Amino acid sequence: MGRYALRRLLQAIPVFIGTTFLIWFLVWGLPGDPFAGRCGERQCPQAYVDFMTDKFGLDDPLPIQYLNYLTNLMQGEFGQTFNGTEIGELLAQAFPVSIKLALVAVAAEALIGITAGVLTGLRRGSFIDNLVLVSTLVLIALPIFVIGLVARYSLNLSSVSPEAPLVELIIPGLILGSGSLAYITRLTRVNLVENRRADYVRTAVAKGLTPSRVTGVHTLRNSMIPVVTWLGLDLGSLMGGAIVTEGIFNIRGIGGLLFDSINRRQSGVVVSIVAILVLVYLVVNLLVDLLYGVLDPRIRYE
Amino acid sequence: MSDIKVKTAPVQGVDGRSGGHLLEVENLHVEFRTRDGVAKVINGVSYHVDAGETLAVLGESGSGKSVTAQTIMGILDTPPGFVTGGSIRFRGKDLLTMGKDERRLVRGEGIAMVFQDALSALNPVFTVGFQIAELFRKRRGMSRADGYKRAAELLDLVKIPAAKTRLKDFPHQFSGGMRQRVMIAMALALDPEVLIADEPTTALDVTVQAQIMDLLAEIRRDRNMGMILITHDLGVVADVADRIAVMYAGRIVEQADVHALYGKPCHPYTLALLDSLPRLDLKGQELNTIKGLPPNLLRIPSGCAFHPRCRMAKDICSSERPALIELGGVRASACHFAEELYGRE
Amino acid sequence: MSSPEVATPTAEAVPMPVTPAPVESAPKKDKKDKPRSLWTDAWYELRRKPLFVISAILIMIFVLMAAFPSLFSSVDPAAADLNRSLTKPDFGAWFQFGKGGQFGYNVQGQDIYARTIYGARASIVVGLSAVIGNMLLGGFFGILSGYLGGWTDTLLARFGDIFLGLPFVLGALVILSTFAPVQSNPSAFRITSLVIATFIALGWPSFARIMRAAVLSTKQLDYVHAAQALGARPGRVVFRHVLPNSVAPMVVVGTITLGAYIGAEATLSFLGVGLREPVVSWGIMIGQSRQFMEAAPYMMAFPAAFLAIAVLSFVMLGDAVRDALDPKLR
Repeated sequence: MGRYALRRLLQAIPVFIGTTFLIWFLVWGLPGDPFAGRCGERQCPQAYVDFMTDKFGLDDPLPIQYLNYLTNLMQGEFGQTFNGTEIGELLAQAFPVSIKLALVAVAAEALIGITAGVLTGLRRGSFIDNLVLVSTLVLIALPIFVIGLVARYSLNLSSVSPEAPLVELIIPGLILGSGSLAYITRLTRVNLVENRRADYVRTAVAKGLTPSRVTGVHTLRNSMIPVVTWLGLDLGSLMGGAIVTEGIFNIRGIGGLLFDSINRRQSGVVVSIVAILVLVYLVVNLLVDLLYGVLDPRIRYE
Repeated sequence: MSDIKVKTAPVQGVDGRSGGHLLEVENLHVEFRTRDGVAKVINGVSYHVDAGETLAVLGESGSGKSVTAQTIMGILDTPPGFVTGGSIRFRGKDLLTMGKDERRLVRGEGIAMVFQDALSALNPVFTVGFQIAELFRKRRGMSRADGYKRAAELLDLVKIPAAKTRLKDFPHQFSGGMRQRVMIAMALALDPEVLIADEPTTALDVTVQAQIMDLLAEIRRDRNMGMILITHDLGVVADVADRIAVMYAGRIVEQADVHALYGKPCHPYTLALLDSLPRLDLKGQELNTIKGLPPNLLRIPSGCAFHPRCRMAKDICSSERPALIELGGVRASACHFAEELYGRE
Repeated sequence: MSSPEVATPTAEAVPMPVTPAPVESAPKKDKKDKPRSLWTDAWYELRRKPLFVISAILIMIFVLMAAFPSLFSSVDPAAADLNRSLTKPDFGAWFQFGKGGQFGYNVQGQDIYARTIYGARASIVVGLSAVIGNMLLGGFFGILSGYLGGWTDTLLARFGDIFLGLPFVLGALVILSTFAPVQSNPSAFRITSLVIATFIALGWPSFARIMRAAVLSTKQLDYVHAAQALGARPGRVVFRHVLPNSVAPMVVVGTITLGAYIGAEATLSFLGVGLREPVVSWGIMIGQSRQFMEAAPYMMAFPAAFLAIAVLSFVMLGDAVRDALDPKLR
């Protein structure tokens, strides 16, 4: 398993470089004036352009620029925005908020999604089953921004305060996780229904175990493998995928920061955020892969 | 095996009622309600088994032999399977009308089962130690440590080398034969009075098959259990069984003492089965096969279900269903020509 | 759900590629003794499913709406009459064709009903083109990876990973804002193609993975080996034998993804980086309604309802098709 992890880690390096380069190139590398619109309606003064070009090393050949950027990144140097704010500080403020939000969302998914999935999986074809199935379809079909807008205005919620206390994040978190919640419900249900017919469940019944133990231990343990995997992946992607939710509730997290930076053309911030999110994504993927092996002993890593 | 034969009770007719057997299936009916119609899978099966004897249930796939076993264990998938009639008495009490909890306690302790494919019948994500010890912990209220200790003893009993260390292994880490031994150990955990072995060796290599059958026979003898051995393999049966029930299309077509059945089969289907065994003395000749296919259970042929494939079939066979009639007081056959077959030399 | 990744099923949810007609334990009623093929069997299953029938009808209506919006409304969606700004829906007009105002008027006095109808076009065009593009591109690379294996496979997999490493909305945001900055006003054609191209750029690796897995297992089947042994050229083996039996999983994922893309298009348009005026899009309409949530909730309600129903239809259709093609889950 150690060797497998190492190999996966090595494989992740070119992907990380590739993805960050892609974004870096889109933001910095494409021909065009990086300072267009930066000084209001007028052209920027030449002195300012020269100063900035020098400061950000924009005269260097592209590969050098990217390498410089990457080296700085590896040392934890995110650089500065055009206004001279340390990007690292911006990130340090925004990340905890986003992580909190993502945790709330995943907790809601796990709690509600698995419960609903188990309930419907056990009573397949019942009224509850159909009701939940239809609700999950609606949740999957409604884009988050619609749910978010409706919730915000119908519940008359105010913006989340800057410190983002946990209580205020509950509803935004639920909304952020709503799509995945529906998916978790269906995933749990399908797996449960499938596993209930498994031979080993039949064996457990033949052993004279109580129905609650048969379902609670033997059926559920197997059904949870893909669900837990999905939850892990979701935690990774939600940390960066909250742009819409954070926008609607004015939460000052990574999504909000990113959207702001794109609108204000703060290229440095955009690249830094994407770099971190890609890193998170790759690490989470690796961890989930390894977790899969822990959950399912049949998986062997080569 | 001759010491046990004394206890063998006389064969009973379809509606014969002789009380006092350890496990007694009587006139059992089961059907599968599927999308395409109702399949009558079991149509009035009766058999019994006593302590210390082995009943072999023989038949092709789809003959209903496994479904009967599942119904006895109470692990029939419902839907599609439904019991529509009959009774299953264990120690005189009907399992089918028993309360859920009472019936649950019979499983494992009264009647236990060894499944065909141990790889899928064992839970892939738990160690075998956990799965065996679970029985002692949940059914006997033992501590975790005691449960594992007893589990190790059981693995030892079924001759798994290094039993103690193997407790921590997962099912997929065992070889096929060893896995089937684990399965047997698990079935024996609560000291059942009846053991149902559903094709216990079908998934195994020939050499391993013999070892497993020997193990089962030995355990049955040591513990004086009743055993129902379900198989389609005539070769397996001869050595271990005391009596044989041959099933076809959800009915028992012939039932007899093992020697009597092999010596003089009294049903054309049994005859054909025995004929289709490869024999050394007939080397070079074409193998006899039973022509045709097992019947479609959605549309079982009228009269005797076997008539479309039967070499002896006459007009009466397609119109009238033969009853299971007693022959010489010790065996029974469901064929219009049973007496003739019994009377032949 | 703002990210189409959510709807793209994980590997285990994807049906196994076509194996010869599903075998069932219970014997079948065989009027014609011909074994049913996977597709005929699936079609037989589908016709009897109410969810499939309903979603198929809804999708046909949406497609009709996209192709011939004038069949549904005779009002020009761009015509603005400030006198009518924020007029409430006129429910009486629901039954009079040719009259406007069924869904009320927006702040510029444009007819919301007409705009909602015309909005279907953007969604269908973007969703359909993006999915077809994904299937072609992803399918092509998937076959290449699966059939050739070796270095081609490894290289393509790593290359695809680069795009998969980007969260969908995030990647789309960066790409779109680069080629069509938020303040700019690209033409309708340019921005629409840009959105489609973005979806394909970010989506093809998922499709390639699915195709690759399907090809890998189809490749193992005996009749493919037989064709190869008989000396069929690789091109023929792929097109005659491998391809037709490997597309099922991609079709299923494609249908579900179509729904997800419609949602994603609306999300990006809502954020202001996707489609923009003069394109009429449900996402833009919902975005514009934000300031008027209390004064004119109908500005959002109608496009949002259409959007949800459109997404739902495709997701349900995909679900039904998957169930039909995957006998295991029946």
